[in-house]
Formats: sequence, structure tokens, C-alpha cells
Amino acid sequence: MFSAETLQKFAREVAKYPAIHKQSAVMACLAHAQEENGWLSPESIEAVAQYLSMPVMAAFEVATFYNMYDLKPVGKFKITVCTNLPCALSGGYHAGDYLQKKLGIGYGETTADGKFTLKEGECMGACGDAPVMIVNNRSMCSHMHPEQIDKLLEDCQ
Amino acid sequence: MAMLGSINGLLMEGLDGDNGWSLQHYVARGGYVQLRRILENKVTQEEVIGEVKKSVLRGRGGAGFPTGLKWSFMPRSFPGDKYVVCNTDEGEPGTFKDRDIMRYNPHAVIEGMAIAAFAMGANRGYNYVHGEIWEIYQRFEAALDEARAAGFIGQNILGSGFNFELFAHHGYGAYICGEETSLLESIEGKKGQPRFKPPFPASFGLYGKPTTINNTETFASIPFILKIGGEEFLNLGKANNGGTKLFSVSGHVNRPGNYEIPLGTPFATLLEMCGGMRGGRKIKAVIPGGSSAPVVPGDVMMDTTMDYDGISKAGSMLGSGAVIVMDETVCMVKALERLSFFYYEESCGQCTPCREGTAWMYKVVHRIENGQGKPGDLDLLNGVLGNIMGRTICALGDAAALPVQSFLKHFGKEFEYHIEHKSCLVPKDVQWAGSGFHKV
Repeated sequence: MFSAETLQKFAREVAKYPAIHKQSAVMACLAHAQEENGWLSPESIEAVAQYLSMPVMAAFEVATFYNMYDLKPVGKFKITVCTNLPCALSGGYHAGDYLQKKLGIGYGETTADGKFTLKEGECMGACGDAPVMIVNNRSMCSHMHPEQIDKLLEDCQ
Repeated sequence: MAMLGSINGLLMEGLDGDNGWSLQHYVARGGYVQLRRILENKVTQEEVIGEVKKSVLRGRGGAGFPTGLKWSFMPRSFPGDKYVVCNTDEGEPGTFKDRDIMRYNPHAVIEGMAIAAFAMGANRGYNYVHGEIWEIYQRFEAALDEARAAGFIGQNILGSGFNFELFAHHGYGAYICGEETSLLESIEGKKGQPRFKPPFPASFGLYGKPTTINNTETFASIPFILKIGGEEFLNLGKANNGGTKLFSVSGHVNRPGNYEIPLGTPFATLLEMCGGMRGGRKIKAVIPGGSSAPVVPGDVMMDTTMDYDGISKAGSMLGSGAVIVMDETVCMVKALERLSFFYYEESCGQCTPCREGTAWMYKVVHRIENGQGKPGDLDLLNGVLGNIMGRTICALGDAAALPVQSFLKHFGKEFEYHIEHKSCLVPKDVQWAGSGFHKV
């Protein structure tokens, strides 16, 4: 189900917790599973649960509770735009509008070529750099005005 | 840039770029001297806690609870596992100070946690990092590796016999996990839903063991308090409001960013440090402590000092130190609509008043904003928020209700105008201009 590299990352996470509390690693393992496959299929959630010897349902509870897990396939690049108030005061809404127009999709949608998914996000804790967005849950992009957004889209190859 | 300015800064003094986060730089700045002094000179647990008490350091995450007192609640002699946990789940809208502390001074957090663990007899710790700041989480892991290799954390630290294992745990997108008991649930690998208190974490915390949870900035302040002494730290601020504090300023100022200033500094001084209002426009309102803090009219704020007591007198709270500044281009209905959506989206669903109430509040503010408000809507909002406050397991219920209550109190006329005229008091193009978003 998972590559040797991903399994190694799982093991590293499990080692952080007391041996009888392996379940503590479920958030990190689900995140690594998602990173490998691009999204979290029911099969990968089940496999993570088995790896951690925890009830499958408990792993589903976690996967459905935290909003950075993608329970459906997303584009190669998932761009999450913060539109919360501090960002909105400095153009968060407009950055989102600009991206929607440019990609021809709305929030929660994926471009026909499967390259981009757009999401509206909540506070990312970088309000001083507004407008901000995150690519694939990992890379924070600051001060995203039209010229920076254009460049980001070009860099997404 | 880390710090745009400071007055008597401690935590972030001299850090203004991407250099200097690593162990070698931290040590060059006098880092880990306090941990070494405590372990080598056999300073007692009581002495460390006493010094923190003297400093009147109050929790920097939002609640402002005295840190020394919190530490003294830990049953130090309780045999078996005890934990210290750092709360870097910084999701309160407007707050971005912990991200910069972790980015530029991660070893101050590690040293602070190690000292805290020593003082409370804990042998294991976790730092719970906001899921959205992955790069910062990775940096913290790198800093942990450095500290471990240098013997500042791990087994038999500096040959003292004191053991403290410290790890990083990342969140994955849930505001509620900033609440300390849901954060513990989350570390246990569960949904992040808050627990009933009591029992408090000091008696029943992580894995049911005694646990103390502090904010990142709180831990990062500890080495500096021990360096200059509790009394000196207190004197940097004012009575009952010890020390310097980081303020994250966002919104309509010329230079948004983090500023470290002594508690008690006038808001007007902070605003000046931020280069004043963007475009020289008039200040309309400020949310001084993160989105959950009541909004304060601009003119009241201009006469307020930045400390727990000063902001409380102005009718709000210092909270996490997130200062959201709004100028006259802001439509307060639209602003509240976005905040209400946030609480609706982030309610964990455990308590009915919050789960249902946040949905109602958003629904009603949304329809007012969109020209479909009804004459009784403001009473309806006040009724709903009244039924949330004080009726939920955690503080998120109140956190969702306070913005609505304060927006209606101070800017009720804008809401009435919206309902009556089915349009906004502030023209849309003025709102656009205020955002400063570059025109294409």
C-alpha cells in the first residue's frame, strides 16, 4: 500500500510516542499517506489504522475531523486561499476571486486537466503577510497579489 | 522579516531575518546558559517556579493565567510519567507571533520547555504545531535534532541525571485544537473535542497523566526571565502585567507584522511603530486580542494601553495579542459575516448551543449582509448568542458569541442600515480600495 520511504516516515512518527500509545501517530501517518497518494482513499485510511493497530473507525474519525485531509482526489496542486478577516482586510477575497477567474473554477473545484484544485481556507497564522495561500498543505505563499499569483501558477509544473 | 520593531525586546531582539535560528547562533546569544546554570548549580524546582511567579508572566496564548501559579499546580512528586506540552496551534485569526518565534528562535522554546519540565518534574514533552505552518514544523524538528545532539534534551541532560524527551506533533487543520484539552485529545490520536474540566490537565492530562500546557511565547519567555530575574522582567511591564509581549498587528496599517513591546505601552505608540494607518485613513475599529476578543471602536483604542488590565478596561481582552486594525473602508457587517462563518466552520460539534448557534449566527449575519435582513434580526442574534454564552464545554462558544455581541453593540447602526436599505453603508469600491489589493 505504501512505499518504503513512507513506511519509514510512519516509523519515525510512531517512535515519538510511548509504545502503548501508537495511535498518537495517526495524524502524521495520515498526512504522509495523503502526500504519497495525493489524497486519502478509504483503503489508505484503513491501512494506516492497521499499521497503528487501532480501530478503522477511529482513523476515519480523525480523517474526517481535520480539514487538511482530502477525502476525494484533488488536482496536482491544491491551492488553499485564506479569506479570514485579517487576510480579507488586505485583499484575501480579491486574491481568491483573481485565482477563480484565472483558473476558471470555483472553490472546491478542480480544473478539467486535473492540475489545480482551489479551496477556501481558514486562518493560517500568517496574517501579517496577507494575502496568503498554501500549496498542497505544505508551502506557504505570502503577499499574493496578481503578479505573485501569476508567478505561482507558472511555477506549478 | 521577523521583527519589525521592539521596545526593550527580549524574545526577538536582534532577530530580523532568516539567519540565526540554529543552535550555534542561539548559544552565541547566551542560549542554554539558564538550563545549564539550573542543572549544574542544583537550583531547586521551587526556586525556578518562584522566579517565574515573581515575574508575573501571564499565559501568552489567550487566557492570561499566571504561569508560575499554573506550574505550582503540578504534582511534582507524583511518581510516573508527567508531561509538558507546548501549544503552537496558532489558529486564532490575527495571530502569527508563535510562527515567528518558532521560525527565528526555536531553541528559546526548547530551552523554556526543558526548564519547565525540570521545574515540574516532567520527563516528556510535545510541541503541537499548527498544521498550516509545515515549514516551521520542519524547522522545529531540525532544532530538536540539534538540541538532542548537543545534550540539551534527552537522557541525563548535561550529566545531571535529569531526563527530558521532547517531540513535535503537527495538527492538520482544526482551530479547536488550540483549546488545551482538545489539543491533548488530538495528540492522543483522536478527534480534537474538548474535555470537561475538572479534572484539569495538571491532574488528568495527556494519556491521563499530570500535564501542563503553555503557549509557545510563554515557554520562550522562560530563559529570558531566568536570565534577567523575575523582578526585572516584571518591571519591564507594569504591575500585574509583567514583561514584554509580542503583538501581531494585521489589517489596515502600513507595516503589518510582529512587534515586541513592554506591556502597558500605549496603543498609539504601537500604531506608530506600524507606520500608522494605511493611506493615512481614519481608524474605525480594532480587535485587540484575536478574533474572539470583542471589537473596540478606534477612538477608544487610541486611549488604551496594551496590557491585560488596560484592554479589559476598554471592554475587550488582550487574548493572544493579535491586533486587527480596521479603517473607515471596512463594512462591519461584512467583517462580522466572515468571522461568524469561521466559528460556524470550526465548531467541533460537541455542544448543541455552539454547533447550532454558530450556524444560526452566520446564517443571520449572512442574510443581513446580502440585503435579506429582517427587522427582528438583531434581537434574534442577541437571543442566539445569549443562549451560547456560558453553556458550552469550552470557551469556543463564548469566543464565537463575543464578536457578534460587540459588533452589534458598537456598530449596530450599520447593521440597521443594511436591514433597512438592503445595501451597505460603505460603497463596494471604497471597500476594495481599502484592501490595498493590486489592481490588474
